[in-house]
Amino acid sequence: MLHLAAVFLPLLAAIVVGLFGRLMGDRPSQLMTCLAVTVSAACSVVIFIDIAYGGGGPETLHVLDWIRSGGFEAHWALRFDTLSAVMLVVVNGVSACVHWYSIGYMGHDPHKPRFMAYLSLFTFSMLMLVTSDNLVQLFFGWEGVGLCSYLLIGFWYDRPAANAAAIKAFIVNRVGDFGFALGIFGIWLVFETVHFSSIFVAVPDHVGESISFIGMELPAIELLCFLLFIGAMGKSAQIGLHTWLPDAMEGPTPVSALIHAATMVTAGVFMCARLSPLFEFAPDTLAFITFIGATTAFFAATCALTQTDIKRVIAYSTCSQLGYMFFAIGVSAYPAAIFHLMTHACFKALLFLGAGSVIHAMSGEQDMRRMGGIWRQVKQTHVLMWIGSFALAGLPYFSGYFSKDSILESAWGAHTSIGDYAFTFGVLAAVMTAFYSWRLLFMTFMGASRADEKVMAHVHESPVVMLIPLYVLAAGAIVTGFVFVDAFVGEDWDRFWGSSILILDQNSAMAEGHHAPDYIKKLPLVAALIGILIAWYMYILKPDAPAALRSHFEPVYQISFNKWWFDEIYEVVFVRPARFLARLCWKGGDGFVIDGFGPDGLAAVTRALARRASIFQSGYIYHYAFAMMVGVVALVSWYLFAVGI
Amino acid sequence: MSSGVGLLSIVTFLPLVGVLAILLLCRGTGEDAIRNSRMAALWTSLATFVVSLFLWFRFDSGTADFQFVEHVEWLPEFNIAYRMGIDGISLFFVLLSTFLTPICILSSWTAVQVRVKEYMIAFLALETLMVGMFCALDLVVFYVFFEGVLIPMFLIIGVWGGERRIYAAFKFFLFTLLGSVLMLLALLAVYLEVGTTGIVQALAYSFPPDLQIWLWLAFFASFAVKIPMWPVHTWLPDAHVEAPTAGSVILAGVLLKMGGYGFLRFSLPMFPEASEFFTPLIFVLSCVAVIYTSLVALAQEDMKKLIAYSSVAHMGFVTIGIFTATNQGIAGAIFQMLSHGIVSAALFLCVGVVYDRLHTREIARYGGLVHRMPAYAAVFMVFTLASVGLPGTSGFVGEFLVLLGAFEVNTWVCFLAATGVILGAAYMLYLYRRVIFGKLERVELQAMLDLTPREIAVFAPLVVLVLWMGIYPSSFLDPIQVSVQNLVDQHLAAMNAAGESTAFAAKGH
Repeated sequence: MLHLAAVFLPLLAAIVVGLFGRLMGDRPSQLMTCLAVTVSAACSVVIFIDIAYGGGGPETLHVLDWIRSGGFEAHWALRFDTLSAVMLVVVNGVSACVHWYSIGYMGHDPHKPRFMAYLSLFTFSMLMLVTSDNLVQLFFGWEGVGLCSYLLIGFWYDRPAANAAAIKAFIVNRVGDFGFALGIFGIWLVFETVHFSSIFVAVPDHVGESISFIGMELPAIELLCFLLFIGAMGKSAQIGLHTWLPDAMEGPTPVSALIHAATMVTAGVFMCARLSPLFEFAPDTLAFITFIGATTAFFAATCALTQTDIKRVIAYSTCSQLGYMFFAIGVSAYPAAIFHLMTHACFKALLFLGAGSVIHAMSGEQDMRRMGGIWRQVKQTHVLMWIGSFALAGLPYFSGYFSKDSILESAWGAHTSIGDYAFTFGVLAAVMTAFYSWRLLFMTFMGASRADEKVMAHVHESPVVMLIPLYVLAAGAIVTGFVFVDAFVGEDWDRFWGSSILILDQNSAMAEGHHAPDYIKKLPLVAALIGILIAWYMYILKPDAPAALRSHFEPVYQISFNKWWFDEIYEVVFVRPARFLARLCWKGGDGFVIDGFGPDGLAAVTRALARRASIFQSGYIYHYAFAMMVGVVALVSWYLFAVGI
Repeated sequence: MSSGVGLLSIVTFLPLVGVLAILLLCRGTGEDAIRNSRMAALWTSLATFVVSLFLWFRFDSGTADFQFVEHVEWLPEFNIAYRMGIDGISLFFVLLSTFLTPICILSSWTAVQVRVKEYMIAFLALETLMVGMFCALDLVVFYVFFEGVLIPMFLIIGVWGGERRIYAAFKFFLFTLLGSVLMLLALLAVYLEVGTTGIVQALAYSFPPDLQIWLWLAFFASFAVKIPMWPVHTWLPDAHVEAPTAGSVILAGVLLKMGGYGFLRFSLPMFPEASEFFTPLIFVLSCVAVIYTSLVALAQEDMKKLIAYSSVAHMGFVTIGIFTATNQGIAGAIFQMLSHGIVSAALFLCVGVVYDRLHTREIARYGGLVHRMPAYAAVFMVFTLASVGLPGTSGFVGEFLVLLGAFEVNTWVCFLAATGVILGAAYMLYLYRRVIFGKLERVELQAMLDLTPREIAVFAPLVVLVLWMGIYPSSFLDPIQVSVQNLVDQHLAAMNAAGESTAFAAKGH
């Protein structure tokens, strides 16, 4: 009952409010969804404590049959083990905060019930994703969160930019899903099942098998993991498939906090951890994941350095932090990845909601160039944003400190060249992380105000209903680190995670990381301090430094500011050719070739023949008489020749 | 084998009772006569649907044999008889036909104002012909129904259609003519070879490989046009654009499935070796269809044309699934056809809703409809998502099973077809955005009214079905399972036998 409530209450609320929200009115709709998710969150905590500390074993709840054809079977089922319990708490917890916060943030919106219904529906999809016991239901959740993300990015459907961003998010994700789906088909072909437990049991038997895929003979498990990871790249905005995430900031800010920071974008990380018993047998793919993760961590951080939209800075930061999680996966430090996933969910949701609070205070302004000097008016938000930034930059005793350190240590502990690559880029990204975080704080709250007076006159602290969720998340951003560090990534990590995560003995990066020398352990902290110092120098001490630096390094600045021109390149390479091909196939293929030589051509030929024939039907007797005479002559001649006189 | 007339004949010919009632009782052209003819058509089709439900309830999912079999001697000296029966493959096509007909009639309640009586008669006659086609177990009966379907469809497009209806009808005619003539020849050849027109007997007969090739090609010509496959698809967009809304619904919902049904009933089980031989051809044409028509759909400016092109792409999945000759592929193809029957029908109805109000199908004339029509926007969204193949809707199950089967047989096919899933999302969401989202700027859209109760009654069952098929597809997959497995087993056995005989022949030499 408890388990069902934790997953299905948000769905129930979404259905009721979605269908009858307009009849119920705004306040009952808001309360119903908020309470449903809050109760779910409470249930999740109970489940988590039971499984993680109470000795409750993993269990699977069968809900309903789903697809069954021949030997193929996929059920609706809920799987509860340590991994899904952690995710339940994260998803429901952050979701509950965001739900309550939205009451305040969306206070002036005319479509409150619709917004709340979407949020709850999203929460349900995410819960289905994390509690799935087979790949197809995982895919259901995967696409479900994608749908809700689409609906919520495009929530303000009057704005062309929001509509464009929504479609972009859905389609870029579909590119990833394309790989994910192929991965599922491949798993079915190799393992003849899509259920996690059956797959995991069978994995060792299939090591070394190869599979033929689009003309190539490839190692089976490597290929499957690679295809699944393509899906993760799309959902978790890794380099190449990341372009939708910054645009997704067109959605309301609570959406950015819940979907595009705390939960949905981490689905890729979760999936890899869930499938650790499979990924562990694909060393090449793991190396590839490490490479992509580290590159993304670095690349996204460079983009964040120069963005001026407060939400886009945080969006690129999210992208970068997801990169950290992925290279942790790549070096087999799954617990560290999930640990960072959890701490990141708290502090990044805090930062986003804090940014939302600022935007709310500034009457909808998002450009940091028109902010500044407002800390006196929004003291609480200001302090909360500092807490979030401390955690993000990884200063001691804040949660990010523990999780980011354990990721970087593991990268170092891998003792491979790709691990060193990840470590180096991770530390560089850490410098930039601290820099852009404090750049954001300084530009937003400190210095002289750059907003016009009308806006400044309106600046006010957010209502209590928005602040309390911020405090809850701030508490999470502080305590989740030191409370869980030993259980999640300590020496006895496997006692906590049980059978939900598998790490092969030879992939000992995390254990090695525990024995890293002190200078390695201190390096991330040093990096963070350097970043903060640079930001302080450039934005407080010497406010004209940024402009000077920019004029010295114009090309570098342009690369960062234009986000390495990914969108422009995709426009030229994919979007325009697709449009051209579409018209070519339609007008050229269907219109000219097929119809031209097919029915229209046939008709034209018929018409032409008919016209020729009609010439003979002139209606003049002498024409017919002449034709008849010719005919008779011809017939007689033929007869004479044929008979042969 | 039982004989006489039973449930199947009742379902098949019940609509004709409605035709009779309209002819006899609704005389004159007054308001009353028109209203009565609408009522008579609606109630007859509803009654037919209810009776057809008994087929489902009393269907035995445990056997692959034909059920509800009927046998009435017709021309015994030529071995031609009135034979009817259904198995797991045809069951749901019968239900699809009887389900969509009342929806069609209800949807044309106010949209059709001229020659209402004739219109209703045409739809009821069409229902009889469609149901009969799916139930026929005799080549002659099948052929009569199969070709007979065209007559009311022609009339519906030609009489109640749009401006270029003559062009559309002639195009349809040119394409189908070729296929029909060849299929008639093939049916004659089958009859001469087997000695009877019974389909059951023909299924049990093993045709010599050389003959199989020719017969397969002849059937292919007919079914490929019907379904339709690339490159003989260009009649479809024009026919859809010119047809009245309900005509499009039945065309996309049921008539396209006649091709897929034909492949399953004739091509695959009767000519297994030829099917194996031509499978690469089917795969190539289907993959081209999926990618090519999805791209073309992306460029469309007419709502109906866009959905018509998307139909061609979705039918590409069906042909792939059938010729994988795997359980998942075939079950997926059948499910995809059922799902497409519901979803594309619903999408055409969605177009009809706004067409009735504004009398244009041009996408650019719309925009921001969500402001005036929130319920419509929600319904349209459900079917858009089902068309995109979102898990939890009916569209997902079919596509997923087809691709699953395709991956086993040929990863290239799976890979190429799966790209259609990306393109599908692109053109559907792009359509939805242009029609529904944005600011409501055009003056003529300001007065648009949201769904009427009658329209809600039309859409409600479709929404329920889309979700039911998406969340609990077992209701539909289980009854077809044994028949599908039987089809696959027969195919495998035939292939093995063919392999052995060639091996034996090689050894003999």
